[in-house]
Amino acid sequence: MLIQQLANGIAIGSVYALISLGLTMVYGILRILHVAHAGIYALGAYVGWFSFRLIGDFWLSLLIGMAGSALAGYFVQRYLYSPLLHLPRIAPLIVSIGLFIAMEETFRIIAGPHTLTYNARVGLGDLSIGNFQLTETQILILFITGLILVILWAILTRTRTGLAMRACAMDAETTSSFGVNVNAIIAINFLLGSAMAGAAGVLIGVYDNQVWPTMGSIPAYKSLAIVVLGGLGNIPGTVLASLVVGLAETFFIGVVAIPFPRDAVAFIAMILVLMFRPYGLLGKA
Amino acid sequence: MMSGYLITILITVLVYAILAHSLNIITGHAGQISLGHAAFFGIGAYTSALFYTQAGVSFWVAVPLAALVAGLVGIFLGIPCLRVRDDFLAITTMGIGFVVEAIFLYIPFFGGAMGIGGINLPHWFGREMTKSEYFFLILIVFLLLLLLDRRLGRSWIGLAWSSIREDEQAAEAMGVDLVRFKVLAFVLGSSIAGLAGGFYAHFLTFIMPQNFGFGQSIVILCMVVFGGIGTRWGPFLGAIILGVLPEISRPIMEYRTLVYGVLLLAMMRFQPGGLLGEESILPKMLRRFQSHSSEKG
Repeated sequence: MLIQQLANGIAIGSVYALISLGLTMVYGILRILHVAHAGIYALGAYVGWFSFRLIGDFWLSLLIGMAGSALAGYFVQRYLYSPLLHLPRIAPLIVSIGLFIAMEETFRIIAGPHTLTYNARVGLGDLSIGNFQLTETQILILFITGLILVILWAILTRTRTGLAMRACAMDAETTSSFGVNVNAIIAINFLLGSAMAGAAGVLIGVYDNQVWPTMGSIPAYKSLAIVVLGGLGNIPGTVLASLVVGLAETFFIGVVAIPFPRDAVAFIAMILVLMFRPYGLLGKA
Repeated sequence: MMSGYLITILITVLVYAILAHSLNIITGHAGQISLGHAAFFGIGAYTSALFYTQAGVSFWVAVPLAALVAGLVGIFLGIPCLRVRDDFLAITTMGIGFVVEAIFLYIPFFGGAMGIGGINLPHWFGREMTKSEYFFLILIVFLLLLLLDRRLGRSWIGLAWSSIREDEQAAEAMGVDLVRFKVLAFVLGSSIAGLAGGFYAHFLTFIMPQNFGFGQSIVILCMVVFGGIGTRWGPFLGAIILGVLPEISRPIMEYRTLVYGVLLLAMMRFQPGGLLGEESILPKMLRRFQSHSSEKG
């Protein structure tokens, strides 16, 4: 029973990590609260769903969903955020909120207000050992998230681009003086982060077997809470915070049965941690 | 006598004007971002409604209590998030919005999804106020709030707020107590939103959690941004235009949220000062017009 809860919690937490990582990377470099990131996550789900309907192959639809999100993220950075960087930081935040609302409404108008079923199967089948059970989609989530996290870690620590990305997050101006093309690094940041959000959208679409216009609403603020919990801009902290929130939600629902929405757990965890560690779990002052 | 429909729109616009004005204190004057302003609007509405229907407290006491409770909740929530990094307030207030709506929706004491009914317009001179009289009551309160805003703007508090908004580090170096003035702005804005909630509840006579969700917070923010963040009359203008717009164009009702989203985006991207901001089209045209006429004269 305990192991089962643990597995469920880690599965859901790893999807949170996929969404939140892009957010924390954007904050790390641009200091923007990228609320529309959740819109990009939903866009990934829609693009994935649509291509799955056309092609019928899960893996291809996942890649197309990621590509669609990555492209959208790049355009947002290039045409909406970049021109606003000299303004107070409320400006890009408000643009981001406006964009997020507009995206949700566009999904509703184009694809309809109802939920679409995303019934993708890859033929793995469920895994069950005694009482312990992992569904096929949970295995998919764990596998794909694990793979993406390893790739991200390799990029960040083993390549020159990754080194430049980490340097930009510390101090973009100084990094620029060392001859690094900061604009290109920012663009790569958005491409990577948005692709991960798109993957999360596809995975949640398949996991819940539904895609709907406002599917980004709760992740919009939950991922922000997770990012704060992990220490804004801190990548390992974000992964840790995602798992903590995923596990807390699963245990909270499994153990305590008070009629309170599970989506408030992330927020409560954030407030509690902020009281004692104002810069998040792994953040530094 | 004004027609019932007109008076309904007028009162709604006025309530939004007070709300936009209160958010402007937090976001415009002190530069702090609140994304859950509707929560304090809701706390005010529910406080007033509960005192009125459950405890039998009269309107004249219940509405100030609404402002007081919203302000107290503002202190309780504002201090922990304003003490830390500036971006935390935006995220926390967004969360507060969701949690407050969930509390109204899930806890039976607050009436759940059915909301609270049976709230009446205030009584005076031994009879119930007419809607027109109620409109003038809110108008007077709004004008008093604007007056207060002007007084504050010229006081030390106003100066401290602008210094925090323009450059936090410089303000701190000059000895401005950041936390104190940020919390002050947040609490003042929250309690005025609570006041608006009280007025709104007694006008609607029936309130539901959905009236005070994230969408509502965005509508209020939209009004402030559209009219001009930090200007005195901008939020009022924004409330009038965005409050009346859906009424005169019923067909776009379906796309109302989309329009709000695109408006927020386009306004910030191309006219970040809003309609009445210093660098915006309207004041520029006005200045050009003035200089033209003075040249001729």
